[in-house]
Amino acid sequence: MIRQPEPKPEVLSRRDEIVAALRALVPPHPLSGESVIADPLRLKPYETDGLSAYRQPPLAVVLPSTTDEVASVLRFCHANGVRVVPRGAGTSLSGGALPMADSVVIGLMRMNRILEVDFDNRLAVVEAGVTNIGITRAVEERGFFYAPDPSSQLACMIGGNVMMNSGGAHCLKYGVTANNLLGLTFVTIEGEVLRLGGAHLDAAGYDWLGLVTGSEGQLGVVTEVTVRILRGPEGARAMLAAFGSVEAAGRAVDAIIGSGIIPVALEFMDRPCIHACEAFAHAGYPLDAEAMLIIEVEGSVAEQDELLARIRDICAPLNPTSMKIAESAEQSAAIWKGRKGAFGAIGRISPDYLCMDGTIPTSELPGVLTRIGEMSRRYGLAVANVFHAGDGNLHPLIMFDANDPDSLRRAEAFGAEILKLCVEVGGCLTGEHGVGVEKRDLMGVQFTARELDQQRAIKSAFDPGWLLNPSKVFPLAQAAG
Amino acid sequence: MSAPLAPAEEAGVAAAVAEAFAANAPLAVEGAGTKRAMLRPVQAARTLSTRALAGITLYRPKELVIAARAGTPLAEVEAALAAEGQMLIAEPPSAAPWGGGAATLGGVVAANLSGPRRISGGAMRDHVLGIRFVNGRGEVLRSGGRVLKNVTGLDLCKLLAGSHGTLGVLTEITLKVLPRPETAATLVIRVADAAAGVRALSAGLGSPFGVSGAAVLPDAAEGPLALLRIEDFASFVAYRIGRLRDLLLPFGESRIADAAETDALWAAIRDGAPLAAGPEEALWRASVKPTDGPRVLAALREAGLRGYLDWGGGLVWIAGPATAAAHAAVTAAASPGSFTLLRAPDALRAAVPVIPEEPPPLAALSRRVKAALDPKGILNPGRMRAGL
Repeated sequence: MIRQPEPKPEVLSRRDEIVAALRALVPPHPLSGESVIADPLRLKPYETDGLSAYRQPPLAVVLPSTTDEVASVLRFCHANGVRVVPRGAGTSLSGGALPMADSVVIGLMRMNRILEVDFDNRLAVVEAGVTNIGITRAVEERGFFYAPDPSSQLACMIGGNVMMNSGGAHCLKYGVTANNLLGLTFVTIEGEVLRLGGAHLDAAGYDWLGLVTGSEGQLGVVTEVTVRILRGPEGARAMLAAFGSVEAAGRAVDAIIGSGIIPVALEFMDRPCIHACEAFAHAGYPLDAEAMLIIEVEGSVAEQDELLARIRDICAPLNPTSMKIAESAEQSAAIWKGRKGAFGAIGRISPDYLCMDGTIPTSELPGVLTRIGEMSRRYGLAVANVFHAGDGNLHPLIMFDANDPDSLRRAEAFGAEILKLCVEVGGCLTGEHGVGVEKRDLMGVQFTARELDQQRAIKSAFDPGWLLNPSKVFPLAQAAG
Repeated sequence: MSAPLAPAEEAGVAAAVAEAFAANAPLAVEGAGTKRAMLRPVQAARTLSTRALAGITLYRPKELVIAARAGTPLAEVEAALAAEGQMLIAEPPSAAPWGGGAATLGGVVAANLSGPRRISGGAMRDHVLGIRFVNGRGEVLRSGGRVLKNVTGLDLCKLLAGSHGTLGVLTEITLKVLPRPETAATLVIRVADAAAGVRALSAGLGSPFGVSGAAVLPDAAEGPLALLRIEDFASFVAYRIGRLRDLLLPFGESRIADAAETDALWAAIRDGAPLAAGPEEALWRASVKPTDGPRVLAALREAGLRGYLDWGGGLVWIAGPATAAAHAAVTAAASPGSFTLLRAPDALRAAVPVIPEEPPPLAALSRRVKAALDPKGILNPGRMRAGL
């Protein structure tokens, strides 16, 4: 289990006073009611996030409705030395929104308005609590969309996406959150409201937008986001290519990219994952394959036909065990159905699973999967692998039983060993889920002490008292300074 | 000024900065020095150049990744990519706006210079996967890595890209690259004026045909022109440019420029060539909301300046007299967007804010972040802002 720092007794002992002060700062909302939660039963939903093995109820939860309310809460917490945990929908898989007993959670879910949609300038201004899919819903009537599409897009909020620099299955072509932002309204721990960027690209000066994006709540709280919206293609279609070996699937990925085709999505699943997804979704996946690729292309119907035919010809010499080109949008959806349900499918065959998130150079995939297989046998835990093959982002799903402490311990050790392997072969600890609490103590595997010190100094420039999102990202011994 | 320091190894860069740190002696940091006339002049006893840190250190075409030492000439990187049918995605300008020369990769990244493909492919900083750099204490540090997706720790790659050597000296850069499209074509539309031109660009960028360049040349010989580029496989380009032409018929008569003409057109747009600026003139780039572009152009014309639009209308290239009055006109017209004084004589660059001033709380953050990386303020002091 990951150790958490001691709560501050002087904050715990002032609980009632702090709650009363927060109530004065953030009055009840006319429709949604009470804006400060302190009742232990009602704090329960906030005690964990997508990393549900870790639970800790906060001191209190505040649900502001405006940027000014967020600023007043931060000003108060700063003046009183109270730690703050910003929270969107609580879907983080790395414990990015895990509270501490002495922390105030600032929940942004009431800030859920779409403020502006500007098709001529291809942008939308939204509050931090708007869901990822909510942005696309607001612009799709004219064929536009917001590109980053994390698996949790129905629930996760754009403020959280900014904080974690979320990716998705389509970022090979469209980039991650950082590549799709124009501006932020950002509140510092002192309660200063800053506008970073705007409706224009690439403001001169230090790249605040780039630094804040992916900072996991360490630097401030985002309340409004200006995103780029894109006009969608004429259409998109998927194909499936299955292979008798992981190596052959890897060679297919290389050959596709090497041909000059950048598919909009290029997803890899290994045998255990194919079987779990097929049992769950009945998507027609080939059960005799060792590895399977889902390849999606975009364009007019004729362009789709041409690209899919080229990819079929590229795969053919690699002796695929089967290939299936979707003939329609429905068949495409069927091919995607299993992949999109992958996490649910694993949840069905195992009481719990840890979803890891390292990135590796794509050429290392066969070797890495072989070694993950060896670890799986050594730890006595099953694993299924999903891989964003175009960009090297690997998601091993480690199956365990949370009711068995030894099983959790082994699962965490297994996960840590996988991430160390990712770094060893030239990759990194996290491609899109963030460091959070989960990978905090592994940071020394990827960075030198000096490199961590440099990051800490930048964190201190924003948050000298280290009140923002405590116990995340930086190893505890490091964070203490 | 004594001869520039130009170490051939990263350790030499670290030693030079550590020595400057110990001696409290500011350094002018540069690559090949092609952009010395950009931003503010730096007062420093010595110059530290990365030009001798040259060479491509890793290139994996199938992984879409290239890494090179900071002093590697941009042209060398582009040639290596071209040999494998690939390219830099952001299409960065050459050193032509500053009179030419062999700009280095490090300099282009430190300036976060992006060209026409910015609107579809992202900025130079978007493709920086990893960096090695020396901070103001002389410590060698890394951020990012060599994989396409990485959110481990604070993203110092983006912070250092565009910081013009004021936060650290880049020594090695790893970039994401893409296959070079098989061919390209440009729809050239004769439009009534710049405002109509930007409406045509908005319509084109709002179409599903994948426009990768969108500019308005208001002072072209044949009258105001809107240009929209499509790049892809040959059969796709033929289809898409035709569909785009049909869609944009209401904006004026048009013709289609072939691949060779397209390359020449966009190289010119990338480098500010349509301004035909004289050596005594100043150059600016302003970044504004795209539909504000025509208003900015009109205000500049009133002030005796001339310009054209890229990035769908949002990037304004500007030329005119190198005077404080002209600079004030650019500053006013660009608000609430951003501007950069790209080139001017030292006197003007030392006298005016060369990029927009920040409100006090943000300016305080700038000072604290600068101090976190360069506590004694020895790296390119004053290059971006006076006193920073």
